[in-house]
Amino acid sequence: MRKVWDLIGGVHPPENKHQSVQDSIGTLPLPEKLVIPLNQHIGAPPKLLVSAGDKVLKGQALAEPKGMVSVGVHAPTSGHISDISDYPIPHPSGMSARCVTLIPDGKDEWIEHKGTDNFRDKKPEELLEIIRSSGITGLGGAGFPSAVKLSARQPISTLIINATECEPYITADDMLMQERPEAVVEGIKILSYILGEPDEILIGIEDNKPKAYEALEPHLEGTNIELVEFTTRYPSGGEKQLIQILTGKEVPNGGLPADIGIVCQNVGTTHAIQRAIVHGEPLISRVTTVTGKACSTNRNYQTLIGTPISHLLEHNGFDQNQCSRLVMGGPMMGFTLDNPDIPVIKTTNCILAPTEDELPTPPPAQPCIRCGMCAEACPASLLPQQLFWYAQSQNYERLEAHSLFDCIECGACSYVCPSNIPLVQYYRASKGEIRKLAAEKVNADRARQRFEFQKARKEKEEAAKAAKREARKKAAEQARAKAAENATASTEDSPGATSTTAKSSVADDIIKAAMARAEAKKASPEEQRAKLERGVVRAESHLETVEQRLQALDSGATDKQREQAQAAIEDARLRLEDAKSKLQANTESKPDKAKEVMAKVQASPKEALEKKIATLKDRINVTEEKIAEAEDDALKVALQKGLEKQQEKLRDAEQQLTDAPTKSTTASTKTEDAAATAIANAQAKAAAQASMSDEEKLRASITSLQARLKKAQERLVAAEEEGSEHIDALRTGAEKLQAKLTSAETELSELS
Amino acid sequence: MFELIAQHPIPAALVALGGLAIIFGAVLGFAAIKFKVEGDPIVEQIDSLLPQTQCGQCGYPGCRPYAEAIANGDTINKCPPGGQTTINAIADLLDVEAPTLDEEHGEESDTRTVAYIREDECIGCTKCIQACPVDAILGAAKQMHTVIVSECTGCDLCVEPCPVDCIDMLPVEKGLADWKWNLPPSAEEQIKALRHGDIIASDQDSGDQAA
Repeated sequence: MRKVWDLIGGVHPPENKHQSVQDSIGTLPLPEKLVIPLNQHIGAPPKLLVSAGDKVLKGQALAEPKGMVSVGVHAPTSGHISDISDYPIPHPSGMSARCVTLIPDGKDEWIEHKGTDNFRDKKPEELLEIIRSSGITGLGGAGFPSAVKLSARQPISTLIINATECEPYITADDMLMQERPEAVVEGIKILSYILGEPDEILIGIEDNKPKAYEALEPHLEGTNIELVEFTTRYPSGGEKQLIQILTGKEVPNGGLPADIGIVCQNVGTTHAIQRAIVHGEPLISRVTTVTGKACSTNRNYQTLIGTPISHLLEHNGFDQNQCSRLVMGGPMMGFTLDNPDIPVIKTTNCILAPTEDELPTPPPAQPCIRCGMCAEACPASLLPQQLFWYAQSQNYERLEAHSLFDCIECGACSYVCPSNIPLVQYYRASKGEIRKLAAEKVNADRARQRFEFQKARKEKEEAAKAAKREARKKAAEQARAKAAENATASTEDSPGATSTTAKSSVADDIIKAAMARAEAKKASPEEQRAKLERGVVRAESHLETVEQRLQALDSGATDKQREQAQAAIEDARLRLEDAKSKLQANTESKPDKAKEVMAKVQASPKEALEKKIATLKDRINVTEEKIAEAEDDALKVALQKGLEKQQEKLRDAEQQLTDAPTKSTTASTKTEDAAATAIANAQAKAAAQASMSDEEKLRASITSLQARLKKAQERLVAAEEEGSEHIDALRTGAEKLQAKLTSAETELSELS
Repeated sequence: MFELIAQHPIPAALVALGGLAIIFGAVLGFAAIKFKVEGDPIVEQIDSLLPQTQCGQCGYPGCRPYAEAIANGDTINKCPPGGQTTINAIADLLDVEAPTLDEEHGEESDTRTVAYIREDECIGCTKCIQACPVDAILGAAKQMHTVIVSECTGCDLCVEPCPVDCIDMLPVEKGLADWKWNLPPSAEEQIKALRHGDIIASDQDSGDQAA
């Protein structure tokens, strides 16, 4: 006999199991419709494979797993899909979720399916794939995809089959073991094969199921599977509690059983896996207990997934008047259903319809008297009263420090509480709040990261621009310095040059000049100017050398030579003049123009306007002079017309100038960060709103709407004139604003 | 050795103390470099408590600048998106009394909203993209823009710049994944809900008072 450890804490509520084990597992006639929720497990919702109107056969996949932690759902019988939409599902929130509605055709016609004669012929991975595609999740409670649980990366030394079923009233696993022990044992062998034959295989069973024990025992002969019986005590069926009872090991905080080399599976799940692998049948039905005094028959049924609970109740003599509330699951951990049309899902092990005497409405909670009974009952060795205190004051930090997340929500503390405090609900609410805060924190961190990244990016862009400007400035300075150097060098060199070098230098000069011209086209204004200056200097020096040569010739030269020299001098002089005039033109036009452009760019709109006015005035003066000079009448008329136009422009410009102060501010802010403007606006609005009554707020919003509408209309008119492509969008925008305005106005009239 | 020390107690003591001073000085100097605190840790802590909507309702261009301002003595009740929870958390951190939210900066709202662009009306002006503090709007000039809902903080800053008014702030739909249990009703609420016959006389009085 194996050593069995004791359950820490725990309670022993009335078992109430005998009512539903009197009869064998029954079957029910097909309901009129089956409502199959797509997501019946923990994890990602599966991908829908059918559409409304499709004919489906029994066992056909309605949805396939999508992602790692996901399983599919299958048609529980043959028929057609009438509808795929949101229906209330079994969930404590009473919310709706996507469901497939199947209208059975009554033929119950199977899709072609084939089992495996000898599962050892297949690799464990292939078996896991079958389990996954057969839609098998844990049937004990949480509904975690079984394939994921079985493909643990850690080496597994112990396989535990949970046949405890510790919660009162529920007998689904008990009856399953009594009636189908060979299938359960074969399922265990499959699990053992998938897990690589662990050293120990244990079935944990409470001592209140002697018939199941007797049924299983003969099938275990010759195997290494050990059936371990222990005292009935709630909640010994909790995964972590069962592991502790059977092995004495404790699952670490925040860890999984696989971390200590243990995998735990429910009996029902084991049976479903056997059906899937040996018979090729997906999970389309399960054993569900229907019990409670409000039902005249208490019995277990092989129930199709998606069967409305009302259908189950109808066939068990349900009396609505006697029933205090309808519970899915057991009295300790189950939740109340608002709507009896909710379907049975993969995790529905029990439907409890108790009378008020059987399961009285809890009396109002009294203050905690610090009796400590909850701490004695807690199977996870927590301090429930302390957790309750912190949950009330919403001190989440202390709750986590007191290992709130180790709470398995078994309800033992609430059960023993003499003050009837709904402790578990406090813990569930706190857990939800902590999870929500954690999710918000993750989002906030991501927002922070994105914000900081954007800031860094903008700074980088700004720095790159500044660096570019700096580089351009430097290049210009260098060019100027180089030009100056060249100029001095050439003036120093040329006077002392001999005629031969002068000759070669002339040739050089021509080449250089050509190159300079070519480069001048590319170069910047400053460089061009520098080059032209150099050209002038060069031309001057050339003239000098030619003149020197003439002087040298004077003594003993022929007339012809003298003539040639004279021509050369003339030529050089012409060249010099040419260069000088070019330089003149350059210094006059180019830098001025560049400066003008710069000034235009830099000048504020106001300055630009002032300048514009000045030029316009000049032009008007010139035109007036011209008119005075003009003799021809026709010319006079034309000039007059031009003058009028110019004067009109001047008036416009002056008008603009008077408007300029306001406009220039908007213009400058526009160029700034758009976000900053929005912030400023929003702030001003918020500040203004704070001190207002509702009516004032409404009035303010109306005025702002009116302003916006006016702006939008102006924009629209402008767009129409331009023939912009956005006219329609602008028009709808304006219309919407108009609508908003009217609604606000009506609201205001209602208020006042 | 011992005799030498015994004969010259004062120089020996001075040497010993000096030696200790050098050793501890070296240790402290090393620790000062090794465990140097980068920046102001309180700013980091405050920043991590702020909701990071970057909405600017506090008057600072983002959450971090506001955190810095708080560290420099600004009031802690200027954050409407964070609401009272954030104010309490910061008050807890700074060990000051928690004030109520300054309404001048906006009102706290229970429902989280995110921006949606009515895409057929968008003219592709990129103004909202420039206004978005967390780069949650995708688009290019003259192309339709759209909001990456999962990244939107609901700061509202993109609504105002839109020239065609095509951005809506819509409440986030709550699904099964967001559902959580509520705290049980308090004792006062329970007593209020009870019929008078169900409670003893003394409780009845307190119930009436509570009501």
